[in-house]
Amino acid sequence: MTSILAFGAYVPRQRLERRAIAGAHAWFAPGLRGLAKGERAFGSWDEDPVTMAVEAARNCLDGRDRDEIDGIVLASATPPFAERQNAAIVKEALTLRDDVFAMDCGGGQRAGLSALIQSLRGGAGRQTLCIASDRPLALPASEDEMHQGDAAAAFVLGDGPGVAEVLATHAVTFDFVDRHREQDRDHSYSWESRWVREEAFGRIVPEAIGDALQKAGIAASDISHFIMPSPLKGAQALVCGKTGIPAEAATDTFAATIGEAGSAHAPLMLSHVLETAEAGKIILAAGFGSGCDVLILRRTEGGHRPRLTVSDWLARREVTDNYMKFLVFNDRIAIEKGMRAEFDQKQPMTALWRNRKAVLGLIGGRCTQTGAVQFPKSDISVNPNAHAVGTQEDYKLAERQARIVTYTADRLTYTLDPPGCYGMIEFDGGGRMYAEFCDADADALEVGQPMRMMFRIKSFDEMRGFRRYFWKAAPAG
Amino acid sequence: MATGIKDRVAILGMGCAKFGERWEADADNLMVEAYQEALEDAGIETGRIDAAWLSVGFDALNIGPSGIPASMALRLDNVSVTKVENYCASGTEALRGAVYAVASGAADIALAVGVEKLKDTGYGGLPVRTRGTTFDMIGVVGSAPGNFAQLAEAYRTRQGIARDDLKRAMAHVSVKSHDNGALNPKAHLRKRIDIDTVLNAPMVAAPLGLYDCCGVSDGAACAIVTTPEIARSLGKTDLVTVKALQLAVSNGWELQGQGWDGSYFHTTRLAADKAYKEAGVTDPEAQIDLMEVHDCFSITELVTMEDLRVSEPGRAVADVMDGKFDADGSIPCQIDGGLKCFGHPVGASGLRMIYENYLQLLGRAGDRQRQDNPKLALSHNLGGMPNQNVAAIALVGLEGA
Repeated sequence: MTSILAFGAYVPRQRLERRAIAGAHAWFAPGLRGLAKGERAFGSWDEDPVTMAVEAARNCLDGRDRDEIDGIVLASATPPFAERQNAAIVKEALTLRDDVFAMDCGGGQRAGLSALIQSLRGGAGRQTLCIASDRPLALPASEDEMHQGDAAAAFVLGDGPGVAEVLATHAVTFDFVDRHREQDRDHSYSWESRWVREEAFGRIVPEAIGDALQKAGIAASDISHFIMPSPLKGAQALVCGKTGIPAEAATDTFAATIGEAGSAHAPLMLSHVLETAEAGKIILAAGFGSGCDVLILRRTEGGHRPRLTVSDWLARREVTDNYMKFLVFNDRIAIEKGMRAEFDQKQPMTALWRNRKAVLGLIGGRCTQTGAVQFPKSDISVNPNAHAVGTQEDYKLAERQARIVTYTADRLTYTLDPPGCYGMIEFDGGGRMYAEFCDADADALEVGQPMRMMFRIKSFDEMRGFRRYFWKAAPAG
Repeated sequence: MATGIKDRVAILGMGCAKFGERWEADADNLMVEAYQEALEDAGIETGRIDAAWLSVGFDALNIGPSGIPASMALRLDNVSVTKVENYCASGTEALRGAVYAVASGAADIALAVGVEKLKDTGYGGLPVRTRGTTFDMIGVVGSAPGNFAQLAEAYRTRQGIARDDLKRAMAHVSVKSHDNGALNPKAHLRKRIDIDTVLNAPMVAAPLGLYDCCGVSDGAACAIVTTPEIARSLGKTDLVTVKALQLAVSNGWELQGQGWDGSYFHTTRLAADKAYKEAGVTDPEAQIDLMEVHDCFSITELVTMEDLRVSEPGRAVADVMDGKFDADGSIPCQIDGGLKCFGHPVGASGLRMIYENYLQLLGRAGDRQRQDNPKLALSHNLGGMPNQNVAAIALVGLEGA
């Protein structure tokens, strides 16, 4: 069995104070006040599980050779596309090799851990990029709305030594319906939590963990880090009590800082544990949902660290009490967008296919004669000193830092997050582009400011059910 | 090197519709309104026109494709009509077609008509539209004020001037144009404004507030051109001739290459150099008597003063504040009120600018007539956005000047 070679994560920048949610619903659902602690992460209007997966994967792959990746698996309970492989979009954005295996994986809360376990079974000599990413939706005034959060985590799996080695995996599967959501629904329906606590966390999960420990030949008391997502209060303690895992091994569930990110949550917690666990320590991750997956790992020496750890992402935050913004960004409420929003965003698929490297991969051109870099690539070089013909080779720009040349904060153009910030940026090493900005504070922009590219939604074609993706510039750091 | 067309073509007549929110008028009505005035001014019948050029900026609105709508509305004599579109510089482009036809000898008399019916969109500002399949995947839609606002911060950074000083100079540009527009019966906006109104207006795209932006309106303008000889044979004595007509079009250097800092118009500088050469202008500041420039936004006009070399580099703010470009300044700019007060019916604007220069040169500008006998006038018509655009410059002047 293979090892975890690298890990990464992504948490969107915006955090909504839960008391703002509870406050808005106090007239109708005063009971939510009991859940109104801390904050939850939420993606901007231009983020979805695909863009978040790209960001987590870039984080994980930072400094690694992407050509070594042979396969990509994307787990999500909330993928944007039911048809059009979501993992393929991520592959293009990451500019992975064309001869990679790719697979979407879904089905519910444990999909992220299931994908990870399955990927760890990959063949010798192969490296797999396994990502879990979720942006769960809930009805306003539901407990899910309070509990949930948006996040993604990514791992590279392959022959060790790496960050962690696998000691055992185990799975049980039942049609235990604690929550469900049909294909065309945008929120889940949950059954009584007392039943879930007793049957799932009081029986199914402890039994699965016990069997996994037995397989690995490890005593419960040897577990240093216990990972188990559940928004149910006391679920971790209940499972520790039933299994003998030390209560202090239970790790931060990020309930107070991020919220529960669906199928990405156990992977997110694992990414955080790998950041802090000492070599030799044993980690047990359990994921519940239509059964239970258990993964037992041992942290090994060294290994590759991501550019930003979960702790770094937690620090990169903008707290708001603007509940309406949260509703709008999650398309929970119809607002008057104005006539400028009526612009038809129909995507000619032939053109997307021809230009996929530029559009999805942000690949420009570099003149092999003069070294001039440009975006997009063109037959005739833009360099005024040498309009060379047919001399450009592919040149990747997405991971290069850029600086602002000109900018504006536009209150006339249509965007769901006004003012629309955009401007001219120039990449270190050459090449410039006119780019939309994201995650930017309009008042803090200045000429010369360093920017970092992020893969985001460019626009929605609501008429035909499509979304365009492209790269935007975010303040670096 | 081509020698150009200086003095080879004369303006026989011009017309301009009343600009504004012309709820009662179709594009056809607006074209007829401008055309009737031009015909009367020229003193000819439609049958004398050999060829026509029609400029319209927005394809999906207005009149639809081809030159046919102008031929039908004006009941032209089945002559050639070419529709041209070159962003907001389309009006000057139509004139270029007509002037070149006469200069080449292919036509004795040619017509340029520009029209835009913008107030059928249902909202303020220019319409949002596709800019091509590739652009729509990788470009920024943005708005016109958002695109042009970026000049301000880039210019300010380059010159190291304070935000408030630049904002105040921009405000002066708008106040001056409103002062001028108030005197013009064909202008859309005819109210004077004060500097505090401009400074305190709601922000559209920082630092451009509402009064830093030109209006959007319906309008049409046209020109009938011929050779000086034919003009004289038709009884014209004081001739206004075309001294230069030049365009420069971005080739991607500003947008994709390296070196442009965003604070000026590369194309305007190139077009100005070519136009001055064609017209034999060696000292624009001394030789040009008045200007109509593409003041879509206050900051556009401000930086254009340097690009046209009527302000020394870095001097535009000081020159604007000194009143150099006011109606009573040394080189009045937008003496008719400009885009600021006329609004910007895209296909008509370039011709509207030349209409004012034509009137001023002939001493027919009424209350706003410049009293120092202007001989040479410049119009600058810009299409696109600072990083990718079409700059068109027309110099017209009295014959022999």
